[in-house]
Amino acid sequence: MSGKDVFYQGNEACAEGALYAGCRFFAGYPITPSTEVAEFLARRLPTVGGAFIQMEDEIAAMAAIIGASLVGKKSLTSTSGPGFSLKMENLGFACLTEVPCVIVNVMRGGPSTGLPTGPSQSDVMQARWGTHGDHPAIALAPDSVQEIFTETVRAFNISERLRTPVILLTDEIIGHMRERITIPPEGELEIWERPRPTVPPDQYKPYDISEGIIPPMADFGSGYRYHVTGLNHDETGFPTNNPSLVQPEEERLMAKVTENLDLIQKYEYFEKPKARIGIVSFGSSARSSRAAIRMAEEEGIKVDFLRLITLWPFPTDAAVQMADKVDMIIVPEMNLGQMIEEVQRSIAGKAETVGVNRVDGDPITPTQILDRIREVA
Amino acid sequence: MAFNYAEYIRPGKLPHIWCPGCAHGTVMKSIIRAIDRVGLEKDRTVIVSGIGCASRMPGYVDFNTLHTTHGRSLPFSTGVKLADPGLNVIAVAGDGDALAIGGNHFIHTCRRNIDITLIVFNNNIYGMTGGQFSPTTPHGKLASTTPYGNPDYAFDVVELAMGAGASYVSRSTAYHAIPLERQIADGINHKGFSVIDALCTCPTTYGRRNKLGSAVDMIGWFKDNTVGIKAAGKLPPEKVEGKILTGVFRKEEKPEYCDEYAKIIEKTGGRS
Amino acid sequence: MAKSVRKDETVVTEYGDRKINVITRYCKGCDICVAFCPVDVLEMKDFKVHVARIEDCTECMLCEVRCPDFAIEVVGSGKKGKAK
Ligand SMILES: Cc1ncc(C[n+]2csc(CCOP(=O)(O)OP(=O)(O)O)c2C)c(N)n1
Ligand code: SF4
Ligand code: SF4
Ligand code: SF4
Repeated sequence: MSGKDVFYQGNEACAEGALYAGCRFFAGYPITPSTEVAEFLARRLPTVGGAFIQMEDEIAAMAAIIGASLVGKKSLTSTSGPGFSLKMENLGFACLTEVPCVIVNVMRGGPSTGLPTGPSQSDVMQARWGTHGDHPAIALAPDSVQEIFTETVRAFNISERLRTPVILLTDEIIGHMRERITIPPEGELEIWERPRPTVPPDQYKPYDISEGIIPPMADFGSGYRYHVTGLNHDETGFPTNNPSLVQPEEERLMAKVTENLDLIQKYEYFEKPKARIGIVSFGSSARSSRAAIRMAEEEGIKVDFLRLITLWPFPTDAAVQMADKVDMIIVPEMNLGQMIEEVQRSIAGKAETVGVNRVDGDPITPTQILDRIREVA
Repeated sequence: MAFNYAEYIRPGKLPHIWCPGCAHGTVMKSIIRAIDRVGLEKDRTVIVSGIGCASRMPGYVDFNTLHTTHGRSLPFSTGVKLADPGLNVIAVAGDGDALAIGGNHFIHTCRRNIDITLIVFNNNIYGMTGGQFSPTTPHGKLASTTPYGNPDYAFDVVELAMGAGASYVSRSTAYHAIPLERQIADGINHKGFSVIDALCTCPTTYGRRNKLGSAVDMIGWFKDNTVGIKAAGKLPPEKVEGKILTGVFRKEEKPEYCDEYAKIIEKTGGRS
Repeated sequence: MAKSVRKDETVVTEYGDRKINVITRYCKGCDICVAFCPVDVLEMKDFKVHVARIEDCTECMLCEVRCPDFAIEVVGSGKKGKAK
């Protein structure tokens, strides 16, 4: 079976990917440049028996998708900078209570209202540490319309399997860009479901990890009555402040991610023989990076390229692989230097690093990156 | 015959955390009896709360229970209800939870008329955090953050709910625990958003600071300072003046949100 | 004759078919049931409720309904109060 070719905007591809993954609930609040995700799903969700709701704000939207997910519906919300900030408290609630859900942040300039229509990649660190307290974080950053589709599917899959929220970080450029994409036929991409209990209700404990670190999750209303709280809780789901229970539970939340790196981490490494320079980039800046690398090659400068698709958990090994080979790593990103710090942390001095940074509302151009390549070559 | 609360209380969870004489327990019991009266199926009932003393209530009762973030019980409830309209959804909240941090959700849930029953445990104060003033603390009263008297004016939960479009609105008190139970049952049976303003007490942080006497004095105050709206119409004005009105203020048939959304699903050819 | 017996955590006071159970561990001694009993059946003793005059009880259930702590329950005989 062949897929269906469509000419889609990034935001539409995201919405279509969500439907493909089995998303049946969306709650959101309009904000540029993410609104098309909501508009698309407002049209399409009822046609598949799902539900769309525009809430009174982003806090409410985040709350509503967690509620819907507890009933067993795969749930999505989409937003941008200011709205992403508002979602943070309930995002942490989803982390602690282990409720699967997907949050799309089509990044725009900030802080504050910033540049509503300008592209940006300045929420990288917020995606990692935005909500208070230690918590696991997963963030995916596609760089094309097709990849927005597939990464949205993957975001749902990971979220379901690991019972944790997944953030999809796109930006104004790829969110609004139109490209021809193929929607794969049903069944071509694997779709994962959350683990559900196999024991009868009277034996069910909502945070029972005897079968593995991802506890099975029962749907509200399905006969398994249990308690969900944002307080630290024991395996029965009820609050506890017993230090010997709290610490291992907090560590388990992190371990869900660190023990499943293979499942989550995705990147592309394009190697050039004898390259002494490398670029690490993601999202729309990766597109400019790719063009710059071609231009440099025409000038005889070889540049390795690490394109991150998973930003969190950060693919440390890939960065180290690059640092072991090259002398200089360039990190183009539409912010004033966020990902570069993670690169530096990962490579621990094995190579020099330099950024290409832009926050004026215009994209980083290939020539800008090429200039930096020439400087360090 | 004694009511069998044990059927609804999770084993081993009592005694609850509330202070001696805190009326939250009385309101919880009215809710339990109301659920029993309506005959809701436990497996198909979800009780949702925010944060605060009142919001600890769901932990004690044997339903699907969800203790969320401060002020957010209604949007969480909305997600649950719209995702499975066959579920019975009851939200509980303190006055601060429902009307300060959750005030925006409150008015919009009223406007949306989604079939959720909200019980506001209205004790005029932020109990859990030690007695700061809330949106229902009367003007002039003392709280830890209004040491010279509250310069703010209080919300009237009933008027606010009516103004925002809730289709069932009532008020009762912890003294009037049986009428309260009846209203909650009525609210659950009502198709649409129901708001029950349950006046209760926080002897520990509000009563003491404002010299309102013991828990008993505070409960007794409700007896002497409330008038049913039906009776109020027949009484001379001087007997009603200064009193808090109780009873059912609105019960209106009005299209419900999930029903309306089901029509959209049908119109677009969708199936669940 | 009324008699009180302790069964596990519960003090059971009986008068004919009428029973008032007090789960002492739950009782926080708030006095609400005592103050609002219309016929003065209850008293406070050592900061817990004590059923002093069960024979007067009209089985109105108000103590049970208002007790915030699930600490008192009235199992009725169906016969209201003692003949006066
Ligand atoms: C976002 C957030 N802000 C503040 C708090 C602290 N807090 C916890 S409970 C509470 C007030 C509770 O008062 P109310 O809702 O009236 O309920 P009560 O405790 O009186 O039953 C506050 C301010 C919090 N938990 N979360
Ligand atoms: S602080 Fe007030 S509201 Fe909280 S349990 Fe005590 S009396 Fe009740
Ligand atoms: S049932 Fe009524 S009369 Fe009997 S003890 Fe309780 S309050 Fe008093
Ligand atoms: S009302 Fe309940 S808690 Fe209070 S004294 Fe009576 S039995 Fe004890």
